[in-house]
Amino acid sequence: MGELRLMKGNEAIAEAAIRVGCDGYFGYPITPQSEVMEYLMAEKPYETTGMVVLQAESEVAAINMLYGGAGTGKMVMTSSSSPGISLMQEGISYLAGTQLPALIVNIVRGGPGLGTIQPSQADYFQAVKGGGHGDYYTIVYAPASVQEMADFVKLGFDAAFHYRTPVLILSDGAIGQMMEKVYLPDPIPRRTEEEVISQCPWASTGKPPTREHHIMTSLDLDPAGQERLNLLLQEKYRVIEEKEVLYEKIDCDDAEYVFVAFGLSARICQKAVHLAREQGIKVGLFRPITLFPFPKKPLQELGKKVKGMLVVEMNAGQMIEDVILSVGFQIPIKHYGRFGGIIPTPDEVFRMLKEKIIGG
Amino acid sequence: MAKIKGDIVVNIERCKGCEVCIASCPFSTISMSEEVNSKGYHFAIKVNDDCTGCSNCALVCPDGVITVYRAKVTV
Amino acid sequence: MEEKFAHPELRTPENLVYKRTDFLVDRPLSYCPGCGHGVVHRMLMEVVEDKGIGSITIGISPVGCSVLAYDFLNVDMLGAAHGRAPALATAIKRLWPNRYVFTYQGDGDLAAIGTAETIHACNRGENFTIIFINNGIYGMTGGQMAPTTLPGMRTSTCPYGRDVGIMGHPMKITELIAQLPGTYYVTRQAVHTPAAVRKTKKALRKAIDCQDLGKGIGFVEVVSNCNSGWKMTPVQANQWMEEHMFPKYPLGDIKVDGELVK
Repeated sequence: MGELRLMKGNEAIAEAAIRVGCDGYFGYPITPQSEVMEYLMAEKPYETTGMVVLQAESEVAAINMLYGGAGTGKMVMTSSSSPGISLMQEGISYLAGTQLPALIVNIVRGGPGLGTIQPSQADYFQAVKGGGHGDYYTIVYAPASVQEMADFVKLGFDAAFHYRTPVLILSDGAIGQMMEKVYLPDPIPRRTEEEVISQCPWASTGKPPTREHHIMTSLDLDPAGQERLNLLLQEKYRVIEEKEVLYEKIDCDDAEYVFVAFGLSARICQKAVHLAREQGIKVGLFRPITLFPFPKKPLQELGKKVKGMLVVEMNAGQMIEDVILSVGFQIPIKHYGRFGGIIPTPDEVFRMLKEKIIGG
Repeated sequence: MAKIKGDIVVNIERCKGCEVCIASCPFSTISMSEEVNSKGYHFAIKVNDDCTGCSNCALVCPDGVITVYRAKVTV
Repeated sequence: MEEKFAHPELRTPENLVYKRTDFLVDRPLSYCPGCGHGVVHRMLMEVVEDKGIGSITIGISPVGCSVLAYDFLNVDMLGAAHGRAPALATAIKRLWPNRYVFTYQGDGDLAAIGTAETIHACNRGENFTIIFINNGIYGMTGGQMAPTTLPGMRTSTCPYGRDVGIMGHPMKITELIAQLPGTYYVTRQAVHTPAAVRKTKKALRKAIDCQDLGKGIGFVEVVSNCNSGWKMTPVQANQWMEEHMFPKYPLGDIKVDGELVK
């Protein structure tokens, strides 16, 4: 276990990036995640680990800087918040289509449009259903604590390189801004150029006379070739669905009812579970940690044991679609959501569980 | 007497018959063939013996189909 | 086939004075007959060969006709999203400072959709080379108006000629970026005559050499033709270019060694 510190979630992401040997961060300021770049610029990792940190002219430029860096095998990341992530979607689609590894952090704020700077989970669909054009997915991790903000940087990069795919950390303004204690990972040195070349034999790093030139592109004008790429991607996503599912079950063993919630909502529901149990009602919490791949099977199993589920999200009902697709219609599954930056309270979601599920 | 003599070799199958080389030749040595290649393009051919191997044609050729040789020959 | 004026006896390695560089992949170019892309590709690869940097060069192709440049340039390549090549190049050069990095972009890519990336990369003084092909039209999509389309020039989206009152003025982005402190060498060249081709090669060499100095962007605009888009023969297109494009886009150095040319 590494060094213990009290940090903001956004700072934890930044510090973890330096420590796991990230090669480059490219970003554009937007509330509520600007601390990521501010922290990096203050820490000056370019003088210590050699990590490049650059404030781009836009989110569009930033994501394409990632595309360039990723295409040369470097460990690159960006962070932004909802409107900025929308701007990045074309680039994320290119990363997926070209099969390049990159880490993208979305500290979600309320929308649509310019919305608000307050926390939200309204970008669930955008994150887990592809987001940009074409048939693709990104692996999506949903941290619920500052500790997980730090931990998921390494987890994310590992998955990104293993599967050669963009990975998203879907957090929100509250977890980005809140301060908690966090055990930081021990520093790993950045890979040398030789290590990058040997670990990423597919990358465009400069063509030695001994091999063919490498081309990083998602373009294939031949429909048969483009279909082959799509089939390859789909095959990769099936493996990811098989192997990369992460979730947490709290008090589910004897539960008659469960909350299903991710990220910040899961923290609130965890408190609501305590409130319920104080009243003798057996309630549990199921928290998907990966939103893609979605924990379909464990949720399906849980659905056979409980009498009902309340899906709590800070949106109008997005993850509930995946919950119903996993569990089916045998038990009541209802949604409770708040929008626009309003964070529901534990009392509120417990009351809703009673109204919509237990009493219903 | 020594004289500069040149020769060009045209990659006929790659020539697209754009004729840019014709305008670049100071000795009007190049013209287009009557025949066409497998793509249907007329291609560059030598039509006189005045080539000095100056490489102008090869330089302006968009498809890089011309190879140029040059030597001093005694006549 | 009869080669009436052929001199096979001259075709020996010691007499070879010009051949297509092996830094071009041995396959037919996808460009239209007479298109300037092929010449610029070849000059660029000759510079890479002459400088001996083939194994440490990374190129970025745009969206447009030359999206397929990566199929022809025998160095490691990336294909950028439309207009974003300078963003890719920025990251690559900073992450691999010992690599030679270039972008190859058309007028729509560099001067319309990618204007922000172009200007900001130039303004930051990034140390890569930008090659900008300006033919005043969108070639690949079938001849639509470009930011550099001349007033009165007909394209498929200004079929009655570019009306600057409605469609705005042609953008001289090369003069614009030359004003920025982050550009070190800015020039405008052409490839329609042997002399122009030789000058373009020298310009490309100088622009790549800028990366050794680390003083900012080397930027080479090549005013070129689009005979398909202009609906002319290649030879007519080159004449039209001289008569119409060059007065608006005059050839020559615009900024040398970080100083504007008076």
